[in-house]
Amino acid sequence: MFAANFEYHRAGSVAEARQLLAAHPGAKLLAGGHSLIPLLKLRLAAPEAVIDIGRIGELRGISNGGGALRIGALTTHAEIASSDAVKSGAAALAEAAGLIGDPAVRNRGTIGGNVAHADPASDLPTVLIALDATFTVNSPDGERSVSAADFFQGMMATALGEHDILTAVNVPAGGGGSAYVKFSHPASRYAVVGAAASLTVAGGTCTSASVAVGGATAVPARCASVEAALAGQALSADVIAAAAAAAGGDLGDDLLGDVFASGDYRRAVTPVYVQRALAAAAERAG
Amino acid sequence: MTVPVRITVNGRPVERDVEPRLLLVHFIRVFAEQTGTKIGCDTSQCGACTVLIDGVSAKSCTTLAVQADGSSVTTIEGLSDGEQLHPLQESFWNKHGLQCGFCTPGMILASHELLRTNASPSEAEIRHGLEGNMCRCTGYQNIVRAVRDAAETMATAK
Ligand SMILES: Cc1cc2nc3c(=O)[nH]c(=O)nc-3n(C[C@H](O)[C@H](O)[C@H](O)COP(=O)(O)OP(=O)(O)OC[C@H]3O[C@@H](n4cnc5c(N)ncnc54)[C@H](O)[C@@H]3O)c2cc1C
Ligand code: FES
Ligand code: FES
Repeated sequence: MFAANFEYHRAGSVAEARQLLAAHPGAKLLAGGHSLIPLLKLRLAAPEAVIDIGRIGELRGISNGGGALRIGALTTHAEIASSDAVKSGAAALAEAAGLIGDPAVRNRGTIGGNVAHADPASDLPTVLIALDATFTVNSPDGERSVSAADFFQGMMATALGEHDILTAVNVPAGGGGSAYVKFSHPASRYAVVGAAASLTVAGGTCTSASVAVGGATAVPARCASVEAALAGQALSADVIAAAAAAAGGDLGDDLLGDVFASGDYRRAVTPVYVQRALAAAAERAG
Repeated sequence: MTVPVRITVNGRPVERDVEPRLLLVHFIRVFAEQTGTKIGCDTSQCGACTVLIDGVSAKSCTTLAVQADGSSVTTIEGLSDGEQLHPLQESFWNKHGLQCGFCTPGMILASHELLRTNASPSEAEIRHGLEGNMCRCTGYQNIVRAVRDAAETMATAK
């Protein structure tokens, strides 16, 4: 399959990408290409120009400072999955990155492209919502920071404007334990349902819980009633199971469904995955 | 619009002016004339088109030739050392890891990636590592055996 023709421009820096975006209205940024190229081949996207940001060194890499991990937008899923800093500071993120697609996809796909594409079946948005990540965006009038809750706005819709470049994802690192568990579609390996949990525990008691579920709704859902049921409790298996049982109700009324899994089915399996994520996070939180 | 691209395929530099939409797999098959790399699904799912870009596995049907400009690409033809087959090629042959052979070039390069990142994988790790590669013939059993056999050969050769 051939994409429609497009002009190709390669940016060597964020500043150059910004100039190219200004000069080519409607252009698409290209990072790893593992969401954009399939769309181009199917001609579901046919931009006049593509701006390749894939070689911009300043957008790549993971650094650790001030209690947070700064992950450059071009950092690949494989790099995140194998990073010791991510494994120890934000285990759920390393886990989710390692469950994306297959090794060849993880070698090319980037965190920036994954969240900018905002596919409801993606894994990283769910984790980044549960971990309260923030997104650093370079826009024509300077840099701004967007919370995960504000970043994801709908199915394949984010807070990024046409001239915005996502430069980094910042993830609070530390304290407790986190985990991501997913029901993969057996063919595509995207998430049918994915659950992320992050817990802090002091003296055997849960001091904070954050839980998100993706795959079932257009934007991953924060599970407020699960979180409320855990706060202040001693984290036994029974407490976790009882809290997780409420997760289906946190998904709202608008569930995604397809020939593989109906909305009702996704709602029904959600507590199972939430429970597994909570159990793994509790073990890591110690 | 065309863009000048230079890609070293199996050690031989190939330079062409290409349309930006040209896929790496077509560059390899048409311009570098290395037809070992197959196009199966053409939709990023089957892994038949797997090659190594600068030593790391990638699906060449989901990579533009312009993205690989300046890189070194290794395909199934470049894995052997002259007449001396790579241990993975030997093992796929000896353990009957193929029937029609269509998935095999991609399967071997995906196995190469697995052994690069994990020199001694368990059966479960082999199955997980080859998740992106489909085989319509073998039922995977002999492929898993072949990869384990190659890992052992490569470990004793060290
Ligand atoms: C076979 C297959 C299986 C997959 N399985 C999974 C899975 O299980 N789970 C999962 O989560 N994902 C999965 N993916 C998607 C994969 O994670 C993609 O790599 C990712 O979604 C997109 O990242 P990319 O770097 O390839 O982005 P690209 O395809 O290059 O870009 C995607 C979109 O983001 C925009 N963009 C990219 N970078 C930026 C930036 N820095 N700033 C602003 N906009 C930007 C682009 O313009 C484009 O619109 C799969 C993909 C394939 C092909
Ligand atoms: S042909 Fe590339 S993955 Fe199937
Ligand atoms: S041997 Fe025929 S597809 Fe694998």
